[in-house]
Amino acid sequence: MGKVDQQELAEFAQEADVWFQENTPGDPGFMLPLSFLEVGSDQQFDFLRRWQRKVYEAGYLGAAWPAEYGGGGLEPEFQKAATEAMRRHRAPIMLNAIGLNWAGPLLLDMGAEEDKTKYLKNILSAEDIWCQGFSEPDNGSDLGNAQLKAVRDGDDYVLNGSKIWTTLGNYAKYMILLARTNLDAPNKYAGLSFFLAPMCVDGVETRPIRKISGEYGFTQTFFTDARIPADCLMGEEGQGWLIAMRTLEYERAVRGGQAGGYIMTPIDVASVIDLAKEMKRDGAPAIEDPVVRDRLVEFLIEGQALRLCDARGRIAPLVQDRPMALALSMKLMWSEFARRLTAFAVTLTGAHGGYYVGDPNAPARGLWTRSYLNSFAATIGGGTSEIQRNIIAEHVLGLPKG
Amino acid sequence: MGLSEEQADLLDAAERFCREKSPAQKVRKLLEDEQGFDPGLWDEIASLGWLAIAIPEEYGGLGLSLAEIAPVMEQMGRFLLASPFAAATLGSQAILKGGTQEQKKAILSKTAQGAVATLALAEPHGGWTVDAFETRATRDGDGFVLSGVKRFVADAMSAQWIVVAAQLDDGPALFVLEASAIEPAAFRREIIIDETKRTYELSLDRVRVPGNGLLDPAKARETLAHIHLAANLLAAAEMAGGARAVIDYTIDYLNTRKQFGKPIGAYQALKHPTVDAYVQYEQARSHVYAAAHSFNQQGAGEVAVRMAKAAAETALSYAADRAIQFHGGFGFTYECDAGLYRRRALWHASQYGDAAWQRKKLAELLL
Repeated sequence: MGKVDQQELAEFAQEADVWFQENTPGDPGFMLPLSFLEVGSDQQFDFLRRWQRKVYEAGYLGAAWPAEYGGGGLEPEFQKAATEAMRRHRAPIMLNAIGLNWAGPLLLDMGAEEDKTKYLKNILSAEDIWCQGFSEPDNGSDLGNAQLKAVRDGDDYVLNGSKIWTTLGNYAKYMILLARTNLDAPNKYAGLSFFLAPMCVDGVETRPIRKISGEYGFTQTFFTDARIPADCLMGEEGQGWLIAMRTLEYERAVRGGQAGGYIMTPIDVASVIDLAKEMKRDGAPAIEDPVVRDRLVEFLIEGQALRLCDARGRIAPLVQDRPMALALSMKLMWSEFARRLTAFAVTLTGAHGGYYVGDPNAPARGLWTRSYLNSFAATIGGGTSEIQRNIIAEHVLGLPKG
Repeated sequence: MGLSEEQADLLDAAERFCREKSPAQKVRKLLEDEQGFDPGLWDEIASLGWLAIAIPEEYGGLGLSLAEIAPVMEQMGRFLLASPFAAATLGSQAILKGGTQEQKKAILSKTAQGAVATLALAEPHGGWTVDAFETRATRDGDGFVLSGVKRFVADAMSAQWIVVAAQLDDGPALFVLEASAIEPAAFRREIIIDETKRTYELSLDRVRVPGNGLLDPAKARETLAHIHLAANLLAAAEMAGGARAVIDYTIDYLNTRKQFGKPIGAYQALKHPTVDAYVQYEQARSHVYAAAHSFNQQGAGEVAVRMAKAAAETALSYAADRAIQFHGGFGFTYECDAGLYRRRALWHASQYGDAAWQRKKLAELLL
């Protein structure tokens, strides 16, 4: 990694700040998704797609990806500065999350040259939306047991089976797909292969799934004799599990290399404190209630711990005993924190917590209840919290497998 | 957040030293010891220069700060190393922050070499507030006379000086006394929950202090506030180290103890809470190093220290509580080391404000 020119970086950060100040869109008149998991209408999709393209063209997305694939060719600190500016101005999320943060860095890391050239730029511009085909209706946490079949037939693979929880599935042009190519492999993992599969072929059908929040945002995807070209195979047959595990490291941010931007609007304790100041309890602001105060401080301590753990992860002498511990714990920490924090925020709204999105009396348009319901996306998706605990127990603490 | 080169070096050195010098059987042996620590080991600690860390060079110290004490304290907590290190550090801090030039010159050059000055703050009312005292100081000619009862005076029988907080006129004041000037019968060894530590009740019945024993009266409140935060920082560091150790201790057991034909660590009912304890420990440790880093910053330092104390107490309490449970019948016995760590957490909760009290103070600062 080259040396960062601090002055150049400061100028870049300043320009990014001004740009987001001037270009962050105002209220579009409809509720924007707080995360890429919540894109439930064409209106939301079109808005966010245009926004991502605009951010990319301004140079604030993929700034640290190589220039030959459409990136900015800068050091990672530059993208970090741009993402910070985005956060500061509470800009809308980046839509093409799976492309930007999982498939993209995976391609940069392990992809063939022609695939990098073909896919990366259109991921950044949101021209090509990507989705992920890992979980199946009968195989969620036990991902290695995936059963969707891919059978080689001449220059094609023929796909049969079903994937589920496909975020943006009804908008995606490509899917990163984990499929079974060998039924006679020595173990379940060795029979898996990894594909960069086009979605716009005959035999692929998506069916929207309605979430607990009442909204849409993902699909079940059915493959019925769907033919994809054989060169969609990434790596070689049998390497699917290895590549999928690498993908999950990008998904859980255990590895860096993501295009940047943020894909979920961060819920911070400060906004819950503001809520506690607005809401009344027994005629007085909720923030004067000692029980509320104690809970708020607990959340402040925990929120601060998450930021500090992130910072400490970069201080080698303070992580040397178990170097992977913090990286492998962050997803569990953040997702469980957000779930508990949003649940608490709902309780602050008192009787009005009974209202939901759509009612004119709902506090903050129902944002808190909706955020709580949606928070399960992070505690379940990308490997449930229970699977995360197994991973930490077995890979960090050295406890035996169950 | 950051880590100085000196902090990193001390962390490494302290880990090696404490691991070697404080094996479990030695910790157990010292529980029975009247003095509670090994004087030879204390001399070694002094010769390593660790007692000089946070003392300025002009008084014979190394000119570093409490930030460099934190990693040492953390490792001492991890290996349950018994010594007056915390007591001596806090006594020196009181003299440094609130003492007269004469007191600093006379005392700090010696505490940097291993002599102990300890604090006598707590009183029978049991409160954690640090600027009002029932112990009275009255003027008597050139000097003062102290009357009242002090509790939890750490390592008093090993101390050369005792720093006593008392009410003088209408405000708090600090006095430094030669321990030898107090008759031995005035000290009663207390029976406390953490048997690796030694504390004493001190009955001050018209004890005379010469005029030069009064610390700078203008700095008394500031000094008391400083000591309070320093004590909480050290406790947090010691508890973070303890949490790490009791989790490792439990992991060993979960990997070796077998029931129903497999190691009990394979059961998620034990595995998952162990991970939760570990995650809490990692968070507490981040708070401790952040508090060490920002200790001297006005305002931010206090927030960081109180967060660290609350987080570390919560983490150690949970980790040790689960450790007892997961060791089953053995966990319930005096022989299981999980108990030592649980007692440590109970002790630190009782001193200088527990987690809930720290959160109350934080609410006043942050909400």
